[in-house]
Amino acid sequence: MPRVTFITFAGERHHVTVPPGTTLMRAATDHGVPGIDGDCGGQCACATCHCFVEMPWAAQLGARSAREDDMLNFVVEPRPNSRLGCQVELTDALDGIVVSLPEGQH
Amino acid sequence: MSALASVTQQQAREAAESMPIEAIDPANPDYFVDDTVGHYFARLRRDDPVHRSVSPIFGPYWSVTRYQDIMSVDTNHTVFSSSWQLGGITLTDAPEGEKLQMFIAMDPPVHDEQRKAVAPIVAPPNLATMEGLIRERTCAVLDAVPRNETFNWVDKVSIELTTLMLATLFDFPLEDRRLLTWWSDVATMNKAINPNALEPHERMAELGKMLEYFTRLWNERVNASPKTDLVSMLAHGPSTRNMSPLEYMGNLVLLIVGGNDTTRNSMTGGLLALHEHPDQWAKLRANPSLIPSLVPEIIRWQTPLAHMRRTAMADIELAGKPIRKGDKVAMWYLSGNRDGSAIDDADRFIIDRARPRQHLSFGFGIHRCVGNRLAELQLRILWEEILQRFETIEVVGPPVRVRSTFVRGFSSLPVRIPG
Repeated sequence: MPRVTFITFAGERHHVTVPPGTTLMRAATDHGVPGIDGDCGGQCACATCHCFVEMPWAAQLGARSAREDDMLNFVVEPRPNSRLGCQVELTDALDGIVVSLPEGQH
Repeated sequence: MSALASVTQQQAREAAESMPIEAIDPANPDYFVDDTVGHYFARLRRDDPVHRSVSPIFGPYWSVTRYQDIMSVDTNHTVFSSSWQLGGITLTDAPEGEKLQMFIAMDPPVHDEQRKAVAPIVAPPNLATMEGLIRERTCAVLDAVPRNETFNWVDKVSIELTTLMLATLFDFPLEDRRLLTWWSDVATMNKAINPNALEPHERMAELGKMLEYFTRLWNERVNASPKTDLVSMLAHGPSTRNMSPLEYMGNLVLLIVGGNDTTRNSMTGGLLALHEHPDQWAKLRANPSLIPSLVPEIIRWQTPLAHMRRTAMADIELAGKPIRKGDKVAMWYLSGNRDGSAIDDADRFIIDRARPRQHLSFGFGIHRCVGNRLAELQLRILWEEILQRFETIEVVGPPVRVRSTFVRGFSSLPVRIPG
Protein backbone atom coordinates (compact mmCIF):
# COMPACT_ATOMS: atom_id res chain seq x y z
CA MET A 1 0.00 0.00 0.00
CA PRO A 2 1.77 3.17 -1.12
CA ARG A 3 2.51 5.81 1.47
CA VAL A 4 2.45 9.50 0.60
CA THR A 5 3.91 12.44 2.51
CA PHE A 6 2.23 15.77 1.77
CA ILE A 7 4.09 18.90 2.86
CA THR A 8 1.87 21.96 3.11
CA PHE A 9 3.09 25.44 2.16
CA ALA A 10 3.55 26.16 5.85
CA GLY A 11 5.77 23.09 6.21
CA GLU A 12 3.38 20.71 7.99
CA ARG A 13 3.81 17.07 7.03
CA HIS A 14 0.82 14.78 6.54
CA HIS A 15 1.36 11.03 6.08
CA VAL A 16 -1.26 9.02 4.28
CA THR A 17 -1.44 5.37 3.18
CA VAL A 18 -3.84 4.50 0.35
CA PRO A 19 -4.73 1.57 -1.91
CA PRO A 20 -2.86 1.39 -5.24
CA GLY A 21 -4.77 3.21 -7.97
CA THR A 22 -5.76 6.11 -5.70
CA THR A 23 -4.87 9.47 -7.20
CA LEU A 24 -2.76 11.98 -5.28
CA MET A 25 -5.78 14.26 -5.24
CA ARG A 26 -8.03 11.69 -3.58
CA ALA A 27 -5.26 10.66 -1.21
CA ALA A 28 -5.31 14.25 0.04
CA THR A 29 -9.03 15.02 -0.04
CA ASP A 30 -10.11 11.67 1.42
CA HIS A 31 -7.81 12.20 4.39
CA GLY A 32 -8.46 15.86 5.11
CA VAL A 33 -5.03 17.04 4.00
CA PRO A 34 -5.33 20.83 3.65
CA GLY A 35 -4.04 22.58 0.53
CA ILE A 36 -5.52 20.45 -2.26
CA ASP A 37 -9.09 21.18 -3.30
CA GLY A 38 -10.05 19.15 -6.38
CA ASP A 39 -13.17 21.14 -7.21
CA CYS A 40 -14.01 19.22 -10.40
CA GLY A 41 -13.86 15.86 -8.66
CA GLY A 42 -10.81 14.65 -10.59
CA GLN A 43 -11.65 15.34 -14.23
CA CYS A 44 -8.58 17.47 -15.02
CA ALA A 45 -10.84 20.46 -15.42
CA CYS A 46 -10.07 22.95 -12.66
CA ALA A 47 -6.36 22.87 -11.67
CA THR A 48 -7.15 23.11 -7.95
CA CYS A 49 -5.27 19.92 -7.17
CA HIS A 50 -1.96 21.47 -8.21
CA CYS A 51 1.06 19.97 -6.41
CA PHE A 52 4.82 19.59 -6.74
CA VAL A 53 6.11 16.02 -6.89
CA GLU A 54 9.60 15.77 -5.40
CA MET A 55 12.48 13.81 -6.86
CA PRO A 56 13.15 10.97 -7.45
CA TRP A 57 9.44 10.15 -7.75
CA ALA A 58 8.77 12.97 -10.23
CA ALA A 59 10.93 11.18 -12.80
CA GLN A 60 9.02 7.93 -12.34
CA LEU A 61 5.66 9.33 -13.33
CA GLY A 62 4.14 9.05 -16.80
CA ALA A 63 4.24 12.17 -18.94
CA ARG A 64 1.60 14.85 -18.53
CA SER A 65 -1.27 14.71 -20.99
CA ALA A 66 -2.04 17.68 -23.24
CA ARG A 67 -5.13 18.37 -21.15
CA GLU A 68 -3.11 18.39 -17.93
CA ASP A 69 -0.64 20.79 -19.55
CA ASP A 70 -3.47 23.06 -20.70
CA MET A 71 -4.75 23.37 -17.14
CA LEU A 72 -1.34 23.64 -15.47
CA ASN A 73 -0.67 26.56 -17.78
CA PHE A 74 -2.80 28.72 -15.50
CA VAL A 75 -1.63 27.88 -12.01
CA VAL A 76 -0.07 30.83 -10.24
CA GLU A 77 3.29 29.25 -9.57
CA PRO A 78 4.11 26.57 -12.16
CA ARG A 79 7.33 24.63 -11.62
CA PRO A 80 9.00 21.89 -13.71
CA ASN A 81 7.73 19.30 -11.23
CA SER A 82 4.16 20.64 -11.18
CA ARG A 83 1.44 18.04 -11.61
CA LEU A 84 -2.31 17.91 -11.20
CA GLY A 85 -2.89 15.48 -8.37
CA CYS A 86 -5.93 13.96 -10.06
CA GLN A 87 -3.71 12.77 -12.93
CA VAL A 88 -1.18 10.89 -10.81
CA GLU A 89 -2.16 7.38 -9.74
CA LEU A 90 -0.29 5.91 -6.82
CA THR A 91 1.34 2.51 -7.18
CA ASP A 92 3.52 0.40 -4.91
CA ALA A 93 6.49 1.58 -6.99
CA LEU A 94 5.78 5.12 -5.79
CA ASP A 95 5.75 4.13 -2.13
CA GLY A 96 7.20 6.93 0.01
CA ILE A 97 6.43 9.67 -2.52
CA VAL A 98 6.81 13.19 -1.19
CA VAL A 99 4.51 15.90 -2.55
CA SER A 100 4.71 19.62 -1.73
CA LEU A 101 1.68 21.86 -1.93
CA PRO A 102 1.45 25.42 -3.30
CA GLU A 103 0.42 28.45 -1.29
CA GLY A 104 -3.15 28.19 -2.53
CA GLN A 105 -5.47 26.76 -5.14
CA HIS A 106 -7.82 28.80 -7.31
CA MET B 1 -44.06 30.80 -2.33
CA SER B 2 -47.37 32.55 -3.03
CA ALA B 3 -50.40 30.69 -4.34
CA LEU B 4 -50.07 32.42 -7.70
CA ALA B 5 -46.42 31.45 -7.99
CA SER B 6 -47.28 27.82 -7.19
CA VAL B 7 -49.90 27.78 -9.93
CA THR B 8 -47.38 29.21 -12.40
CA GLN B 9 -44.89 26.49 -11.50
CA GLN B 10 -47.51 23.77 -11.79
CA GLN B 11 -48.67 24.97 -15.20
CA ALA B 12 -45.11 25.15 -16.46
CA ARG B 13 -44.34 21.67 -15.15
CA GLU B 14 -47.39 20.32 -17.00
CA ALA B 15 -46.53 22.21 -20.18
CA ALA B 16 -42.94 21.02 -20.13
CA GLU B 17 -44.04 17.41 -19.70
CA SER B 18 -46.76 17.42 -22.34
CA MET B 19 -45.48 19.57 -25.19
CA PRO B 20 -43.83 17.81 -28.16
CA ILE B 21 -40.12 17.58 -27.42
CA GLU B 22 -39.15 19.37 -30.65
CA ALA B 23 -41.09 22.44 -29.55
CA ILE B 24 -39.03 23.00 -26.42
CA ASP B 25 -36.86 26.13 -26.56
CA PRO B 26 -35.36 26.80 -23.14
CA ALA B 27 -33.87 30.17 -24.12
CA ASN B 28 -37.17 31.90 -23.52
CA PRO B 29 -36.84 35.01 -21.36
CA ASP B 30 -40.33 34.51 -19.92
CA TYR B 31 -39.19 31.25 -18.35
CA PHE B 32 -36.45 33.14 -16.56
CA VAL B 33 -38.65 35.95 -15.30
CA ASP B 34 -41.05 33.34 -13.89
CA ASP B 35 -38.27 30.96 -12.89
CA THR B 36 -40.05 28.08 -14.66
CA VAL B 37 -37.18 27.13 -16.97
CA GLY B 38 -36.14 24.29 -14.65
CA HIS B 39 -39.15 22.20 -15.73
CA TYR B 40 -38.08 22.40 -19.38
CA PHE B 41 -34.53 21.45 -18.48
CA ALA B 42 -35.77 18.45 -16.49
CA ARG B 43 -37.69 17.21 -19.54
CA LEU B 44 -34.68 17.70 -21.82
CA ARG B 45 -32.24 16.00 -19.45
CA ARG B 46 -34.52 13.00 -19.40
CA ASP B 47 -35.73 12.83 -23.01
CA ASP B 48 -33.33 14.81 -25.24
CA PRO B 49 -30.23 15.89 -23.36
CA VAL B 50 -28.51 17.44 -26.39
CA HIS B 51 -31.40 19.22 -28.02
CA ARG B 52 -31.73 21.40 -31.08
CA SER B 53 -34.06 24.39 -31.04
CA VAL B 54 -34.72 27.23 -33.40
CA SER B 55 -35.21 30.33 -31.31
CA PRO B 56 -37.13 33.35 -32.57
CA ILE B 57 -34.51 35.44 -30.77
CA PHE B 58 -31.25 33.50 -31.20
CA GLY B 59 -31.82 31.34 -34.28
CA PRO B 60 -30.83 27.67 -34.34
CA TYR B 61 -28.81 26.40 -31.39
CA TRP B 62 -28.05 23.27 -29.41
CA SER B 63 -28.87 22.97 -25.71
CA VAL B 64 -26.55 20.80 -23.64
CA THR B 65 -28.40 19.97 -20.44
CA ARG B 66 -26.60 17.17 -18.58
CA TYR B 67 -23.65 17.79 -16.27
CA GLN B 68 -21.23 15.39 -17.93
CA ASP B 69 -22.00 16.53 -21.48
CA ILE B 70 -21.49 20.13 -20.35
CA MET B 71 -18.16 19.12 -18.84
CA SER B 72 -17.18 17.53 -22.18
CA VAL B 73 -17.93 20.70 -24.10
CA ASP B 74 -16.37 23.04 -21.54
CA THR B 75 -13.10 21.10 -21.50
CA ASN B 76 -12.90 20.69 -25.29
CA HIS B 77 -11.76 24.15 -26.30
CA THR B 78 -10.09 22.76 -29.42
CA VAL B 79 -13.47 21.97 -30.97
CA PHE B 80 -15.73 24.36 -29.09
CA SER B 81 -14.59 27.93 -29.57
CA SER B 82 -15.31 30.88 -27.33
CA SER B 83 -14.11 33.37 -29.90
CA TRP B 84 -15.92 36.66 -30.33
CA GLN B 85 -15.17 36.32 -34.02
CA LEU B 86 -17.64 33.43 -34.21
CA GLY B 87 -20.22 35.11 -31.98
CA GLY B 88 -18.72 34.94 -28.48
CA ILE B 89 -19.94 33.33 -25.29
CA THR B 90 -23.63 34.18 -25.12
CA LEU B 91 -26.50 32.99 -27.27
CA THR B 92 -26.90 36.49 -28.60
CA ASP B 93 -24.56 37.16 -31.49
CA ALA B 94 -23.40 40.74 -31.06
CA PRO B 95 -23.64 42.67 -34.31
CA GLU B 96 -20.41 43.52 -36.16
CA GLY B 97 -18.47 46.35 -34.63
CA GLU B 98 -20.18 45.78 -31.34
CA LYS B 99 -18.34 42.65 -30.46
CA LEU B 100 -16.39 43.17 -27.26
CA GLN B 101 -12.91 41.70 -27.36
CA MET B 102 -12.38 40.11 -23.96
CA PHE B 103 -10.35 37.05 -23.09
CA ILE B 104 -13.41 35.09 -22.03
CA ALA B 105 -14.34 35.34 -25.73
CA MET B 106 -10.96 34.31 -27.08
CA ASP B 107 -9.28 31.00 -27.75
CA PRO B 108 -5.68 30.06 -27.05
CA PRO B 109 -3.05 31.37 -27.53
CA VAL B 110 -4.24 34.98 -27.05
CA HIS B 111 -6.70 33.95 -24.32
CA ASP B 112 -3.92 32.35 -22.31
CA GLU B 113 -1.64 35.39 -22.32
CA GLN B 114 -4.36 37.74 -21.19
CA ARG B 115 -5.77 35.47 -18.52
CA LYS B 116 -2.35 34.95 -17.02
CA ALA B 117 -1.87 38.71 -16.81
CA VAL B 118 -5.03 39.13 -14.74
CA ALA B 119 -4.97 35.96 -12.66
CA PRO B 120 -2.39 37.08 -10.06
CA ILE B 121 -4.65 39.73 -8.59
CA VAL B 122 -7.15 37.10 -7.51
CA ALA B 123 -4.61 34.50 -6.46
CA PRO B 124 -4.52 33.34 -2.83
CA PRO B 125 -1.75 35.62 -1.50
CA ASN B 126 -3.52 38.70 -2.80
CA LEU B 127 -6.89 37.53 -1.48
CA ALA B 128 -5.40 37.43 2.00
CA THR B 129 -4.45 41.09 1.71
CA MET B 130 -7.95 42.02 0.56
CA GLU B 131 -9.86 40.21 3.27
CA GLY B 132 -9.54 42.94 5.88
CA LEU B 133 -10.85 45.67 3.62
CA ILE B 134 -13.70 43.49 2.34
CA ARG B 135 -14.76 42.73 5.91
CA GLU B 136 -14.56 46.39 6.93
CA ARG B 137 -16.79 47.44 4.03
CA THR B 138 -19.21 44.55 4.60
CA CYS B 139 -19.61 45.54 8.25
CA ALA B 140 -20.23 49.18 7.33
CA VAL B 141 -22.93 48.25 4.80
CA LEU B 142 -24.69 45.81 7.15
CA ASP B 143 -24.55 48.28 10.05
CA ALA B 144 -26.27 50.88 7.87
CA VAL B 145 -29.28 48.85 6.69
CA PRO B 146 -32.71 50.02 7.85
CA ARG B 147 -34.32 48.19 10.75
CA ASN B 148 -38.03 47.50 11.16
CA GLU B 149 -38.86 48.74 7.71
CA THR B 150 -39.07 47.12 4.29
CA PHE B 151 -36.16 47.77 1.94
CA ASN B 152 -34.70 46.31 -1.26
CA TRP B 153 -31.87 43.95 -0.34
CA VAL B 154 -30.59 44.03 -3.93
CA ASP B 155 -29.98 47.76 -3.83
CA LYS B 156 -28.92 48.34 -0.24
CA VAL B 157 -26.74 45.25 0.22
CA SER B 158 -25.99 43.16 -2.89
CA ILE B 159 -25.25 46.00 -5.31
CA GLU B 160 -23.60 48.15 -2.65
CA LEU B 161 -21.19 45.44 -1.51
CA THR B 162 -20.20 44.15 -4.92
CA THR B 163 -19.72 47.68 -6.24
CA LEU B 164 -17.43 48.48 -3.32
CA MET B 165 -15.51 45.32 -4.04
CA LEU B 166 -15.09 46.20 -7.68
CA ALA B 167 -14.01 49.75 -6.83
CA THR B 168 -11.40 48.22 -4.55
CA LEU B 169 -10.13 45.88 -7.27
CA PHE B 170 -9.73 48.73 -9.76
CA ASP B 171 -8.75 51.34 -7.18
CA PHE B 172 -11.65 53.26 -8.68
CA PRO B 173 -12.74 56.58 -7.13
CA LEU B 174 -15.28 55.55 -4.49
CA GLU B 175 -17.58 58.50 -5.11
CA ASP B 176 -18.13 57.32 -8.72
CA ARG B 177 -18.52 53.64 -7.93
CA ARG B 178 -22.16 53.41 -9.07
CA LEU B 179 -20.83 53.97 -12.59
CA LEU B 180 -19.38 50.46 -12.33
CA THR B 181 -22.85 49.05 -11.68
CA TRP B 182 -24.27 51.09 -14.56
CA TRP B 183 -21.60 49.91 -17.00
CA SER B 184 -22.05 46.32 -15.91
CA ASP B 185 -25.76 46.58 -16.61
CA VAL B 186 -25.12 48.32 -19.94
CA ALA B 187 -22.72 45.58 -20.99
CA THR B 188 -25.24 42.81 -20.40
CA MET B 189 -28.47 44.44 -21.48
CA ASN B 190 -29.99 43.00 -24.61
CA LYS B 191 -32.47 44.94 -26.76
CA ALA B 192 -33.71 41.72 -28.37
CA ILE B 193 -35.05 40.57 -25.01
CA ASN B 194 -35.55 43.66 -22.91
CA PRO B 195 -37.49 46.50 -24.52
CA ASN B 196 -36.11 48.93 -21.94
CA ALA B 197 -32.53 48.23 -22.94
CA LEU B 198 -30.49 50.88 -24.69
CA GLU B 199 -30.29 50.75 -28.47
CA PRO B 200 -27.09 49.00 -29.60
CA HIS B 201 -25.44 52.26 -30.67
CA GLU B 202 -26.40 53.92 -27.35
CA ARG B 203 -24.93 50.95 -25.53
CA MET B 204 -21.63 51.28 -27.35
CA ALA B 205 -21.63 55.03 -26.66
CA GLU B 206 -21.99 54.38 -22.92
CA LEU B 207 -19.23 51.78 -23.04
CA GLY B 208 -17.16 54.40 -24.88
CA LYS B 209 -17.54 56.71 -21.87
CA MET B 210 -16.39 53.86 -19.65
CA LEU B 211 -13.33 53.48 -21.88
CA GLU B 212 -12.59 57.22 -21.57
CA TYR B 213 -12.76 57.08 -17.79
CA PHE B 214 -10.53 54.02 -17.57
CA THR B 215 -8.12 55.44 -20.12
CA ARG B 216 -7.66 58.37 -17.78
CA LEU B 217 -6.90 55.94 -14.95
CA TRP B 218 -4.54 53.99 -17.21
CA ASN B 219 -2.64 57.17 -18.13
CA GLU B 220 -2.29 58.09 -14.49
CA ARG B 221 -0.93 54.68 -13.54
CA VAL B 222 1.15 53.56 -16.50
CA ASN B 223 3.97 55.94 -15.59
CA ALA B 224 3.71 55.38 -11.87
CA SER B 225 5.27 52.38 -10.17
CA PRO B 226 3.27 49.15 -10.53
CA LYS B 227 0.58 48.57 -7.92
CA THR B 228 -1.78 45.70 -7.19
CA ASP B 229 -4.98 47.16 -8.61
CA LEU B 230 -6.34 45.77 -11.87
CA VAL B 231 -5.71 48.89 -13.97
CA SER B 232 -2.09 49.09 -12.89
CA MET B 233 -1.62 45.37 -13.53
CA LEU B 234 -3.04 45.68 -17.04
CA ALA B 235 -0.95 48.82 -17.71
CA HIS B 236 2.28 47.16 -16.62
CA GLY B 237 1.76 43.52 -17.63
CA PRO B 238 3.97 42.54 -20.60
CA SER B 239 1.12 40.94 -22.53
CA THR B 240 -1.48 43.58 -21.79
CA ARG B 241 0.29 46.93 -21.80
CA ASN B 242 0.08 47.20 -25.61
CA MET B 243 -3.51 46.15 -25.99
CA SER B 244 -5.78 48.09 -28.34
CA PRO B 245 -8.49 50.37 -26.89
CA LEU B 246 -11.16 47.87 -28.00
CA GLU B 247 -9.35 45.02 -26.25
CA TYR B 248 -8.86 47.12 -23.10
CA MET B 249 -12.58 47.94 -23.16
CA GLY B 250 -13.48 44.31 -23.66
CA ASN B 251 -11.34 43.17 -20.74
CA LEU B 252 -12.69 45.93 -18.49
CA VAL B 253 -16.21 44.82 -19.32
CA LEU B 254 -15.25 41.25 -18.56
CA LEU B 255 -13.81 42.13 -15.17
CA ILE B 256 -16.67 44.47 -14.28
CA VAL B 257 -19.40 42.06 -15.35
CA GLY B 258 -17.63 38.93 -14.19
CA GLY B 259 -16.88 40.45 -10.84
CA ASN B 260 -20.09 42.31 -10.35
CA ASP B 261 -23.55 41.05 -11.10
CA THR B 262 -22.64 37.43 -10.59
CA THR B 263 -21.58 37.97 -7.00
CA ARG B 264 -24.43 40.43 -6.55
CA ASN B 265 -27.00 37.85 -7.60
CA SER B 266 -25.46 35.18 -5.39
CA MET B 267 -25.76 37.54 -2.41
CA THR B 268 -29.45 37.96 -3.11
CA GLY B 269 -30.00 34.35 -4.14
CA GLY B 270 -28.45 33.02 -0.96
CA LEU B 271 -30.80 35.02 1.21
CA LEU B 272 -33.80 33.88 -0.81
CA ALA B 273 -32.67 30.24 -0.68
CA LEU B 274 -32.28 30.30 3.10
CA HIS B 275 -35.67 31.97 3.42
CA GLU B 276 -37.25 29.24 1.29
CA HIS B 277 -35.48 26.49 3.26
CA PRO B 278 -35.92 27.40 6.92
CA ASP B 279 -34.49 24.06 8.02
CA GLN B 280 -31.20 25.01 6.37
CA TRP B 281 -31.30 28.46 7.98
CA ALA B 282 -31.74 26.78 11.37
CA LYS B 283 -28.87 24.41 10.62
CA LEU B 284 -26.67 27.37 9.70
CA ARG B 285 -27.55 29.38 12.80
CA ALA B 286 -26.77 26.38 14.98
CA ASN B 287 -23.46 25.79 13.23
CA PRO B 288 -21.72 28.77 11.59
CA SER B 289 -18.75 26.56 10.74
CA LEU B 290 -20.92 25.39 7.81
CA ILE B 291 -20.36 28.71 6.02
CA PRO B 292 -17.52 27.32 3.84
CA SER B 293 -19.89 24.72 2.38
CA LEU B 294 -22.91 27.08 2.40
CA VAL B 295 -21.13 29.43 0.02
CA PRO B 296 -20.54 27.04 -2.92
CA GLU B 297 -24.05 25.63 -2.43
CA ILE B 298 -25.47 29.14 -2.83
CA ILE B 299 -23.42 29.56 -5.99
CA ARG B 300 -24.72 26.24 -7.32
CA TRP B 301 -28.29 27.03 -6.40
CA GLN B 302 -28.27 30.49 -7.93
CA THR B 303 -26.14 29.69 -11.00
CA PRO B 304 -25.64 33.41 -11.69
CA LEU B 305 -24.86 32.80 -15.36
CA ALA B 306 -27.40 30.36 -16.69
CA HIS B 307 -25.46 29.39 -19.78
CA MET B 308 -22.24 29.84 -21.64
CA ARG B 309 -22.22 29.52 -25.42
CA ARG B 310 -19.65 27.97 -27.71
CA THR B 311 -19.35 27.66 -31.51
CA ALA B 312 -18.31 24.34 -33.03
CA MET B 313 -15.17 24.57 -35.14
CA ALA B 314 -15.55 21.03 -36.50
CA ASP B 315 -18.25 18.40 -36.86
CA ILE B 316 -18.51 16.37 -33.67
CA GLU B 317 -20.93 13.89 -32.18
CA LEU B 318 -22.25 14.71 -28.71
CA ALA B 319 -24.59 12.29 -26.91
CA GLY B 320 -25.35 10.77 -30.28
CA LYS B 321 -26.26 14.09 -31.89
CA PRO B 322 -24.43 15.47 -34.94
CA ILE B 323 -23.06 18.91 -34.08
CA ARG B 324 -21.93 20.60 -37.29
CA LYS B 325 -19.11 23.03 -37.74
CA GLY B 326 -20.46 26.52 -37.18
CA ASP B 327 -23.30 25.41 -34.89
CA LYS B 328 -24.09 27.45 -31.80
CA VAL B 329 -23.98 25.35 -28.60
CA ALA B 330 -25.34 26.46 -25.22
CA MET B 331 -23.97 24.81 -22.10
CA TRP B 332 -26.84 25.26 -19.66
CA TYR B 333 -25.03 25.43 -16.34
CA LEU B 334 -28.40 25.98 -14.71
CA SER B 335 -29.54 22.59 -15.97
CA GLY B 336 -26.32 20.73 -15.23
CA ASN B 337 -26.45 22.05 -11.68
CA ARG B 338 -29.76 20.20 -11.18
CA ASP B 339 -28.60 16.95 -12.83
CA GLY B 340 -29.30 14.20 -10.34
CA SER B 341 -27.02 11.78 -12.19
CA ALA B 342 -24.02 13.96 -11.28
CA ILE B 343 -25.04 15.75 -8.09
CA ASP B 344 -26.76 13.97 -5.20
CA ASP B 345 -30.17 15.46 -4.36
CA ALA B 346 -29.51 18.09 -7.00
CA ASP B 347 -32.98 19.57 -6.59
CA ARG B 348 -32.46 20.31 -2.92
CA PHE B 349 -30.68 23.21 -1.26
CA ILE B 350 -28.35 21.51 1.22
CA ILE B 351 -25.77 23.62 3.00
CA ASP B 352 -23.52 20.79 4.19
CA ARG B 353 -23.00 18.69 1.08
CA ALA B 354 -19.98 16.44 0.76
CA ARG B 355 -18.58 17.93 -2.44
CA PRO B 356 -20.10 21.41 -2.61
CA ARG B 357 -17.70 22.84 -5.20
CA GLN B 358 -18.50 20.30 -7.89
CA HIS B 359 -21.11 22.62 -9.44
CA LEU B 360 -20.87 24.14 -12.91
CA SER B 361 -21.50 27.79 -12.04
CA PHE B 362 -17.87 28.81 -12.53
CA GLY B 363 -17.48 26.59 -15.58
CA PHE B 364 -14.61 24.15 -16.05
CA GLY B 365 -11.59 23.99 -18.31
CA ILE B 366 -9.33 26.82 -19.37
CA HIS B 367 -12.08 29.45 -19.06
CA ARG B 368 -13.07 28.51 -15.53
CA CYS B 369 -13.90 31.69 -13.64
CA VAL B 370 -10.62 33.27 -12.67
CA GLY B 371 -12.27 35.15 -9.78
CA ASN B 372 -13.98 32.15 -8.23
CA ARG B 373 -12.12 32.24 -4.91
CA LEU B 374 -12.67 35.99 -4.61
CA ALA B 375 -16.39 35.48 -5.13
CA GLU B 376 -16.43 32.82 -2.42
CA LEU B 377 -14.44 35.08 -0.10
CA GLN B 378 -16.96 37.90 -0.42
CA LEU B 379 -19.88 35.58 0.25
CA ARG B 380 -18.16 33.92 3.19
CA ILE B 381 -17.51 37.28 4.84
CA LEU B 382 -21.07 38.41 4.15
CA TRP B 383 -22.58 35.39 5.90
CA GLU B 384 -20.13 35.53 8.79
CA GLU B 385 -21.12 39.12 9.46
CA ILE B 386 -24.86 38.52 8.92
CA LEU B 387 -24.88 35.70 11.45
CA GLN B 388 -23.24 37.93 14.00
CA ARG B 389 -25.77 40.72 13.58
CA PHE B 390 -29.22 39.53 12.62
CA GLU B 391 -31.30 36.86 14.23
CA THR B 392 -33.59 36.89 11.24
CA ILE B 393 -33.99 38.58 7.87
CA GLU B 394 -37.60 38.39 6.71
CA VAL B 395 -38.28 38.24 3.01
CA VAL B 396 -41.60 40.08 2.84
CA GLY B 397 -42.44 39.88 -0.84
CA PRO B 398 -41.61 37.99 -4.03
CA PRO B 399 -38.35 38.62 -5.87
CA VAL B 400 -38.35 40.40 -9.22
CA ARG B 401 -36.12 38.52 -11.62
CA VAL B 402 -34.01 40.00 -14.39
CA ARG B 403 -35.31 39.42 -17.91
CA SER B 404 -32.38 37.52 -19.40
CA THR B 405 -31.49 34.01 -20.53
CA PHE B 406 -27.87 34.64 -19.59
CA VAL B 407 -27.79 36.52 -16.29
CA ARG B 408 -29.85 34.77 -13.62
CA GLY B 409 -30.50 37.56 -11.23
CA PHE B 410 -32.77 39.86 -9.30
CA SER B 411 -33.62 43.51 -9.50
CA SER B 412 -35.50 43.47 -6.25
CA LEU B 413 -36.01 41.43 -3.08
CA PRO B 414 -38.04 43.17 -0.39
CA VAL B 415 -36.84 42.36 3.11
CA ARG B 416 -37.35 43.54 6.65
CA ILE B 417 -34.97 43.13 9.55
CA PRO B 418 -36.56 43.35 12.97
CA GLY B 419 -34.73 45.04 15.79
